[in-house]
Order: sequence, then structure tokens, then C-alpha cells
Amino acid sequence: MLAFIARRLLQSILVMLTVGFIAFSLFNFVGDPVSLMLPPEATQADRDEVRKSLGLDKPFYTQFAVFVQNALQGNFGISLRLGRPVSQLLTERLPATLELVGVATLLALLVGIPVGIYTALKRDHWSSQLLLTGSLIGVSLPNFLIGIFLIVIFAVWLGILPSFGRGDTTQLGFWSTGFLTVSGLKAVILPAVTLGFYPVTLIMRLVRSEMLEVLRTDYIKFARARGLSNQAVHFGHALKNTLVPVITITGLQLGGLIAFAIITETVFQWPGMGLLFIQAVQFADIPVMAAYLCLIGFIFVTINLIVDTLYYVVDPRLRMETSSAGGH
Amino acid sequence: MSSTPAVPLLQVKNLRIEFPTRRGNLTAVDDISFDIAAGEVLGVVGESGAGKSLTGAAVIGLLEPPGRIANGEILLAGRRIDNLPFEELRKIRGREIGAIFQDPLTSLNPLYTIGRQIIETIETHLDLTHAQARARAIELLNEVGIPAADRRIDHYPHQFSGGMRQRVVISLALAANPKLIIADEPTTALDVSIQAQIITLIKKLCREHGTAVMLVTHDMGVIAETADRVAVMYAGRIAEIGPVAEVIHSPQHPYTIGLMGAIPSVGDAHERLAQIDGSMPRLSAIPKGCAFNPRCTRVNDVPNHRCTTERPELLPAGKTKAACWLHVSAAAQTDKQAVTA
Repeated sequence: MLAFIARRLLQSILVMLTVGFIAFSLFNFVGDPVSLMLPPEATQADRDEVRKSLGLDKPFYTQFAVFVQNALQGNFGISLRLGRPVSQLLTERLPATLELVGVATLLALLVGIPVGIYTALKRDHWSSQLLLTGSLIGVSLPNFLIGIFLIVIFAVWLGILPSFGRGDTTQLGFWSTGFLTVSGLKAVILPAVTLGFYPVTLIMRLVRSEMLEVLRTDYIKFARARGLSNQAVHFGHALKNTLVPVITITGLQLGGLIAFAIITETVFQWPGMGLLFIQAVQFADIPVMAAYLCLIGFIFVTINLIVDTLYYVVDPRLRMETSSAGGH
Repeated sequence: MSSTPAVPLLQVKNLRIEFPTRRGNLTAVDDISFDIAAGEVLGVVGESGAGKSLTGAAVIGLLEPPGRIANGEILLAGRRIDNLPFEELRKIRGREIGAIFQDPLTSLNPLYTIGRQIIETIETHLDLTHAQARARAIELLNEVGIPAADRRIDHYPHQFSGGMRQRVVISLALAANPKLIIADEPTTALDVSIQAQIITLIKKLCREHGTAVMLVTHDMGVIAETADRVAVMYAGRIAEIGPVAEVIHSPQHPYTIGLMGAIPSVGDAHERLAQIDGSMPRLSAIPKGCAFNPRCTRVNDVPNHRCTTERPELLPAGKTKAACWLHVSAAAQTDKQAVTA
């Protein structure tokens, strides 16, 4: 178990270094930063001076080392567009994105898993067929379209939910939360539903197919032959066996939701990291883009690490090395 | 069992199992009847697809849809159980009728300890506290020969070998002390060296507990060693049924005779094994008359092409009962109703 985690950590560090290198390379695509910083009439001596003070005269690997060192301390430089430290900007925006993604994920699990179980257990019932057909919409409709539909229905026609923004937020230390005010709670509904729509349908279909698979296994047949109640068979024996793939997909989705909240945040003008990133792209604000890339990479790697560890919690067969195998 | 009850423990009467398909119903088990007395071991043999496992599944109410009981009755201690509502039937499963399946590697839920699975079975059927159930579980594991049961009870299935897992499965089947156990190919998936151990164990435990067994297998050797009586199935019908020694030593049905001839024995090692030519018909193409007639060497010994036109009933033949026209005397003619089984 410990060896496994150590191995995984090492892999994670490699992944992060790669992501960091890609982020670092971004800086070389937008031309010479020195010419951006100095007026056109600056002398060559001035340029060399600035170049030296920024460390740009050093070979690229030294520059990369400095970049990594700074990144480890959370220092990603100054935003070209806003003139403020990037880390500060991201910290401001992070809670908004994480709260949105959190609600969407919760929605995906709380709706996806029960509906998945239902459609598996009542596979031939018309309601299951309806839900299954409906889920195709979630899988195939683009995110922004669902968002716009929801805005039209709930914000424009019915006028019961706000169409943009985060509502009133409360500051808890560095974390600004929208969960403590009515307007904040109302504001999160539409974006969370929009963002959660795809994972709901994905998890539902996954749970359904896994459940159907497990219900065919011998140990389920044997559990029935032992006279266990349906509840014990379905929820005690079958459900737990469907969890490993569900954990995997949920983990990957969680990372994906954070990374691709960009579209939903744009549609709803949600003041999260995604919106910040889109604006950064428009202004070629490289430090923000690089930092965003690193942060998303870091979140993905962390989630994967947690997911891998969860397998151990769920499946005793993976815990083999901690206990001796028995024979005759 | 000390007192022999007037009613057999299990009665299967005219059982018919069908699978509806687009091209009509396929009859997988066709009008079979047999009894199992309390404490008796009935072996059910036949080739794959003869309907033996389906019969076992029907008894315990676990036919997989679209398979269904189309006709007939199943009675447990005189009480009809094939038409019970789900909850009633569930209480019989495990409590009155236990089951042992073919593959011990897949019969146990890999995510739970064997103790949890045994205890949950005990708690479902018996009114015991958790501590009592656990004590009983350890006792059961001891009984089926799991060493250090009090420690092993907290192990997961993957920590046991195949033979040990089948022992666990047996302890699960016995958990609530049922009166009947349906053992569906309990040794087929095991190493030959382990098979004998498991068979001996099932035999010993059932004798001690007075449990009757319906032993479904295609292994005549297992039957010879374990069963009191044997039913030979062919194409969804019982070809012959009778005391195991009689069926083995003086089989009456040509199919049984063929089966016995196909068992290798150490004594005549140099003789070529007898084999029955052809293969069992598909369910969609069961021949008219006796299902065995296309492969039977003695079709021409029966006058009037009866074998290919009329289905034989299961009637006394020698010391067993066989469904074969050879054993219906010419005088009896079609007067088969007069002779009741």
C-alpha cells in the first residue's frame, strides 16, 4: 500500500513537471517579453539590462528551474492584463469554480446513481426506457445549449432564477462562499444543473450497465439462492461491486468539470477560474494561462491519486499484500 | 430421519419448462416427475442441455427469465411452492432448500469476508443475535473442514483456494439447516484430487444433518459414489430412474446402457470405450416419439415404428423405471394408462 502510494506520487511529480514545462513553453510563443516591457526607443544596453535582471539571458533549463521553484511557492508572476499577482487572482476565483463544480458533482452522484440503479432493476419498465432515452439528450446536447435553454425557461420566461453572476457572497477567510445567502444559492442552481447534466447521464448509464452486469454474476444468483432479501442483494451485494468503475469515472469527471467549467462559466458569467482563463486567452495574458494550466494539472493529478487510493478501500483483492493468502 | 413421513420431501409433478422465443416456445424440460424422500440423495445425470440444471433452478425458484414453468407442480413436504409469491419463496430459499453452485470461485461476493456472507445468511433465516450467528458461522466452517475457522472467518474469498471456497459455499448452503440441498455440478470446476474430498464432505454432512440432496452432475462416478437413486435425463425428459446400483449394473434404457458403456474403467484398459453415436438434439428439433430414437441402436426391435411416432412413458422396467418401448410388452399395446407409475 505504502509502496503503491510512493510509486504513484513519483508518477504524479513527473506528470506535474511535464505540465509545468508545457506551461513554461507558452512564454516563448508570444515573442520577446523584453520588447513588450520596454518602449520602442530603448537602447540595446537597456534591453540587455532588463534581460539580465529577468534572468532571460540564462539557458532555458535554468529558466525552467526558476519557474518551477517559483511555481512551488505559488508565484506565477504578474497578470499582464490586470497587473496583479496571478496567484492572488486565482485564489479569488478558485472558490467560485470549486463551489460550482462541487454542487454539479453532488448533483451527478445523487441523481445519477439512484436513477442508474432504478433503470437497471426495472429494466423493462417504460419509465426506465424513457429515462434512458432522455439521458441521450444529456450525452449529446452541448453544454452551452443546455445552459441557454435553462436561462430562457427559468430566468426569462419564469423569472424565478438569476441568469448570470454568483449572487451575494460571504467571505470566510480567503474563501468567498455563495452558499450562505439566498441569492447565492439561487444563482448556483442553473449553472450547476448545466454543468452537471452530462455527468448525471454518464453516471446513470454507467451505473445501469455495471449493475446489469453484476446482477448476472454467480454470486448474485447465489445470494438469491441463500434467500437474502432483494434489498440486501441489490444494495448490499450488487451496488458495491459497481462502485470501482463509478469512482473512476466520477474522479475523471470531477477533474474534467473543473477544467471545462469554462463554457458554463462563460454562459452564466460565473466569476470563476474558467472565465478568468477565457479573458486571459483573449488578452494573451500568458502568466494567467500558464498558472491555470498548472493548477488544472495539479487538480487532475490529485484526484487521480485519491481515486486510486479509493480502489483499495473498496476492493479487498487489491489489499492482498497486507494479508497472507491461504491454501489447503 | 427417524420417522419416514408419508409425503416425500420433494415432489416434482409433470414439470415443464419453456423458453418463449420468436419462433415459438422451446421446451427445455418436458413433463418430468420425480420424488426425493427426506434424507435421500437423488443424482440427476445427463449430457449438457438435458435440462438437469434447469430442473434444479426451477425447484429453488431461480429460473432465469425468459425461462418459465409452463406446467406442473413442485411440492415441498406436501406444500406447493412453484406458485408462491416472491417473498414466501425467498423465505424458503436458504431456509428449507439450500443451493451449491458449480463454480466456487464466482459464487462468493469478492468484496465481503466469508464471515459476513455466512452471518448474513444465518441472520436472514434464524432468530439469532449477531454474536450467536458468528459463533454458528465458525462452527459451520469447522464442520466443513476449514482449518483455524475462528481466524479464517474474517478472510476474503480470494484468500481461499478453489476447494476451500467450495467448502465455504457448502457451509453457506447449510447455514440455516435446510431439509434439501440442490447441488448443481458441485465438483465440476474443481481439481480431480479435490473432487473426491468435496463429494465425501457433502455426503457426510447431509447424512449427519439428515439433509436430502438433489445432486446434478454429468459425472456418473460422482453419482455412483454418492447417490441413493439416480435419474438419467435426456433432451428434457427422464429416460430412466431407479436405485443407483440397479441403474449402474442393469440399466434398462438404451441411452443409460450407452452411458454406462462410456465410463472408462481401470480393469479393461485396452478395450475401446463404447460411445453413443450422434449428439443430443437441439431443443428446436426434438424428434417425434422417443427423443433418443435417432441415436438408438434398437429402434428396429420395436414393432410398428412406435419409437418414432409415440412418446414412451416412464414405466417399471426391471428394477428401475424406464421410458422405452422395449419394456412395454406387446400385449399391453397402447394401454399405458392402465399401468400407473
